[in-house]
Amino acid sequence: MAKKSTEAMVGTFVLMGLIGLVFLALKAANLASFSSAQTYKVSARFDNIGGLKVRAPVRTAGVVVGHVSAIKLDARTFQGAVTLEINQGIAFPQDSSAKILTAGLLGDQYVGIEPGADDKNLAGGDTIKQTQSAVVLEDLIGQMIFNKAADAGSAGAAGSNSAPASPAGAKK
Amino acid sequence: MIAKLVNRLGARVISAMASVGHAAFFLLDLIRHSPTALRRFGLVIDQIHAIGNRSLVIILASGTAVGLVLALQMYYALVPYGATESLGLVVNLSLVRELGPVVTALLFAGRAGTSLTAEIGLMKAGEQLAAMELMAVDPRSRVLAPRFVGGLVAMPILAILYSAVGILGAWVVAVQLIGIDPGNFWSIMQAKVDVVRDIGNGVVKSFVFGVVCTVVALYQGYETRATPEGVAYATTRTVVISSLVVLGMDFILTAMMFSTP
Repeated sequence: MAKKSTEAMVGTFVLMGLIGLVFLALKAANLASFSSAQTYKVSARFDNIGGLKVRAPVRTAGVVVGHVSAIKLDARTFQGAVTLEINQGIAFPQDSSAKILTAGLLGDQYVGIEPGADDKNLAGGDTIKQTQSAVVLEDLIGQMIFNKAADAGSAGAAGSNSAPASPAGAKK
Repeated sequence: MIAKLVNRLGARVISAMASVGHAAFFLLDLIRHSPTALRRFGLVIDQIHAIGNRSLVIILASGTAVGLVLALQMYYALVPYGATESLGLVVNLSLVRELGPVVTALLFAGRAGTSLTAEIGLMKAGEQLAAMELMAVDPRSRVLAPRFVGGLVAMPILAILYSAVGILGAWVVAVQLIGIDPGNFWSIMQAKVDVVRDIGNGVVKSFVFGVVCTVVALYQGYETRATPEGVAYATTRTVVISSLVVLGMDFILTAMMFSTP
């Protein structure tokens, strides 16, 4: 009898451990979000992928429709070749465009797909032709300074010389 | 004078290294005898009961307390950034990756390790182990191996339960007391915590700590001097050595597992 109750208590103990593990995996981690749904692969080339990472979400109208499965460098064009896995059943027109966007001001980057209007749809293995790279903050600031300098240069040298001012000209 | 100091230092290092090597062979011996122990599964069940079930209360109490307190403190840190919804994530990651395995191992060393050492040590002091050998019963497969397997099984389960009740404790503070939206509380966790990377590595850690704590406890008991003082000394050393090894191993394991963000 004492033997039986020991076995029952150990059984309960192990069962509690299993329940704890299931709780951690399903409720407190991402196991539930691994969908077994069928996907098809589409690739897209970006001039600059910014901080995009593998497993980042792919969204359309803010809804997650897939994820990034691989990121490589295309050694011939020096572009980032991004492979997207999109859930089967969601078909995009062939002239759809892909952008790399940022969630919030400092959030993670994701791929946004803007649907086009073509009659034919993208199939597995196709490439999205129209892409827009990630916005790089440094480039944006550089461009702003350059524009400022150009404005100042054309205003300061009005009439005499209309050559575009260099960024160095902004220092005066 | 200096030569004497150097001598003594050398002796200390050599004896420390020798006992590390001795303990490693002891571990190999235990692993070799584990299949025999598994064939007499009743013995292992008894040990899981003694090591696991009896440690449950302190593990659950400590896990809940840590979850509650961690949630409260993190809340104050997160409020200025308006990121209170991430409270669950912070508590979850710190419990699953670090606190769960480490604190469970420290409590395990204090609760189960000491009792193992004292039990084996007294068996040795009472010459029960020698008597077993005389009867051609190998004490390593009859006494030590079931305890080793029991510790190995119990430790990961205890660590998982520790993390689980800790997260539930954090949920009580965050959702019930502070009033954070429960949907955000869980969904941010689910978005950022990875099953293999975070929870899987936490379980691997606790398994390693289970090996460390059990082997240290059994080794100290088996090698104790057969006197009352010897057993007392061995029990103390079990806690000190287990804790230090767990803390050291934790740094190495963390550096290996989570070196990239």
